[in-house]
Amino acid sequence: MKKIIVVLLALSFALAFAGCSSSDTKSEGVMTHAEYTAAALDSKVVVETYVQAKQSWWDNKATVYTQDKDGAYFLYNMACSEEDYAKLTTGTKIKVTGYKAEWAGEVEIIDATFEIEKGSFVAKALDVTAMLDKAELIDHQNEFVSFKDMTVEAADDSGAAFLYSWDGSGQDGDDLYFKASVGGKTYTFTVESYLCDKTTNVYAAVKALNVGDKIDMEGFLYWYEGVNPHITSVKVK
Amino acid sequence: MLLAALMLLLAGGCHGSRGLEPFVMPEEFDLSLRHEIVFWAKNDTNKNQTRIYEQAIADFEKLYPNIDVNLRPYTDYGRIYNDVITNIATGTTPNVCITYPDHIATYLTGVNVVLPLDGLLEDERYGLGGSMLKYDSPSFAEVMPQFMAECRIDGHYYAVPFMRSTEACYVNKTYVEKLGYTLPEVLTWDFVWEVAEAAMAKDGSGNYAVNGQDIMIPFIYKSTDNMMIQMLRQYGGGYATAEGEVLIFNDTTRELLYTVAEHAESRAFSTFKISSYPANFLNAGQCIFAVDSTAGATWMGTDAPLSDISADKLVRFETAVMTVPQVDPAAPQMISQGPSVCVFNKSDQQEVLASWLFAQYLLTDGVQTAYSETEGYVPVTATAQNSAEYRDYLARGGEDLSEHYEVKIKAARLLLDNIGNTFVTPVYNGSASLRDAAGQMIEEVTKSVRRQETVDDEYIEQLYGRVNALYRLDQKNAAGGGAERERLGPLPQTAKLLLAGLAAIWAFIALYAGITQVKKWKNRHI
Repeated sequence: MKKIIVVLLALSFALAFAGCSSSDTKSEGVMTHAEYTAAALDSKVVVETYVQAKQSWWDNKATVYTQDKDGAYFLYNMACSEEDYAKLTTGTKIKVTGYKAEWAGEVEIIDATFEIEKGSFVAKALDVTAMLDKAELIDHQNEFVSFKDMTVEAADDSGAAFLYSWDGSGQDGDDLYFKASVGGKTYTFTVESYLCDKTTNVYAAVKALNVGDKIDMEGFLYWYEGVNPHITSVKVK
Repeated sequence: MLLAALMLLLAGGCHGSRGLEPFVMPEEFDLSLRHEIVFWAKNDTNKNQTRIYEQAIADFEKLYPNIDVNLRPYTDYGRIYNDVITNIATGTTPNVCITYPDHIATYLTGVNVVLPLDGLLEDERYGLGGSMLKYDSPSFAEVMPQFMAECRIDGHYYAVPFMRSTEACYVNKTYVEKLGYTLPEVLTWDFVWEVAEAAMAKDGSGNYAVNGQDIMIPFIYKSTDNMMIQMLRQYGGGYATAEGEVLIFNDTTRELLYTVAEHAESRAFSTFKISSYPANFLNAGQCIFAVDSTAGATWMGTDAPLSDISADKLVRFETAVMTVPQVDPAAPQMISQGPSVCVFNKSDQQEVLASWLFAQYLLTDGVQTAYSETEGYVPVTATAQNSAEYRDYLARGGEDLSEHYEVKIKAARLLLDNIGNTFVTPVYNGSASLRDAAGQMIEEVTKSVRRQETVDDEYIEQLYGRVNALYRLDQKNAAGGGAERERLGPLPQTAKLLLAGLAAIWAFIALYAGITQVKKWKNRHI
């Protein structure tokens, strides 16, 4: 009896692990993340990836943060009906066919189409605080990341802790810009209003920041002429 | 009771199609009535512009203490357009709005939504230069006629111009000369293409010889809509008639697309949508010809007051501000663009008049000069253009790197010197879609050749068909068609309830009538 139980347990473990690995096994004709990274700009790419956050939908186009266990893929203005957009919940596996492009340093997939597949994966935030001033940071572009123990700095000469729009020319509901430092260096962070609008907790949290606050943050490692994280969570310590 | 309910519902249903009553000028503006005016204003992501709007509002409210103006700043014309369309459907448009005439043409599909200004402009008391105004307003004749004409749609004025700009080619003169060329007095397409291709030469280490970097896109165009429109105008190709007939799918367009494809394939040409802001590449020494609005001049050049790239990426070079490339340098042609102001109709005529008073205030010299000096804009009135303050401002170009930033003032001068060489495209319901389509063809051809696709006659024919269908250019009043219905989304719940109510009432009436008929029939036959 014991032998049977042991065999059954072994079988169940084997099946469980097989199930785990199959969820990350790429289908025929699909690139690994390494192959995607090596692909030339403007070339056709096919990837299997998992939705991590939805930024926007408009005019049958969706902009989505996605990631697999090896890296991230930013899908810009991907063809998507409103009905399908609703199906793109966090973790949803999709097969994406499009073209690799770069805009102001942000590597992305454009002119893409997709199909939903079976499988789910939700990325854990990778702590990149120590990489902020290092060249290797770009290897994690578009990934879900965290920043720990940073200090809120004045966003401009007026001493404000945040700005509506990059220079303060906006209003409530627009993107929020704020600065935080670590290790003597200051970096700019953004609450992208399409990704996290003014009704979200992170939008309210940033509006409540004070210069000098110690904060932990999570977000996506977006790029615009350098690193420009799109923050989705801020916790004051 | 049922009939009364039905009439009410029917009246409610008709209200949307009939719209508001046309505006009738009140006997006088009643200063004892309070008004809250909503002003949707566009800025170029420039806090100085927001500040000037706020100052203008504060000054206006001092003159008219019974009017409160609530500012809602936007940084994107497209967003204003979409929000106005949405708010027309719900009857919640702003009172005053910065917009483009192309967009107004779509707003006009709503009945009495946008205020025709013909009567107001000429009103002796409250019109331009009116006797009852509490500020010095320019007369009708003092608003630049070319700019005023751009606000005329279907024979009526539906807006007043607020600021005007055109496009400029910001040139890295240092690199042009390094490549062995001398800038001509007027840029031509042939010159730009030739220098752009020359800049693609690489050195022994694989970097571009002209800048020693691994990135060089010699020619970047911000607005490909404008690029196609201006090329067609200069080459004599068709675009559209005033009546809205689309002429763009012609042989001139085909030839222009082949030229674009040739230089996109060599990577000597790219666009904002494909690569990013021309200013960022120009200032990093990675672009030689950057075409953008004169209203983007403060971003252009090594010493630009505004910059999105880090200081360590800036490269020092001399910036020349030139007209966009031309076919015939002796007869330059360039687009006129920039914000206009429209007023939305409301049921309260005093409120509408209050809105007009504020809209008109934006044409006063103080507002005109202050706003135009934030960027390479030009005031739309002769009084502001000729004012001592503005003349002094122009004369001081290069004195500093902020208010008198040389590139910005040169950009403004470029338009002032070429007002007679500007043009606009026909405005009609759907003209905004045609603009998008014009640019889309350049974007698609550029992307295709970068992806090693063949651009030939068959490709162009397919592109024409695709763009025609995508922008519904084969349908009259394209902007009011399916695309907008799609954007407006499903019927609101109130409308669904209304329709359901109507259906239920009609069903009840039909049932009642049926039962009555049956009773009558029975009575007759018993």
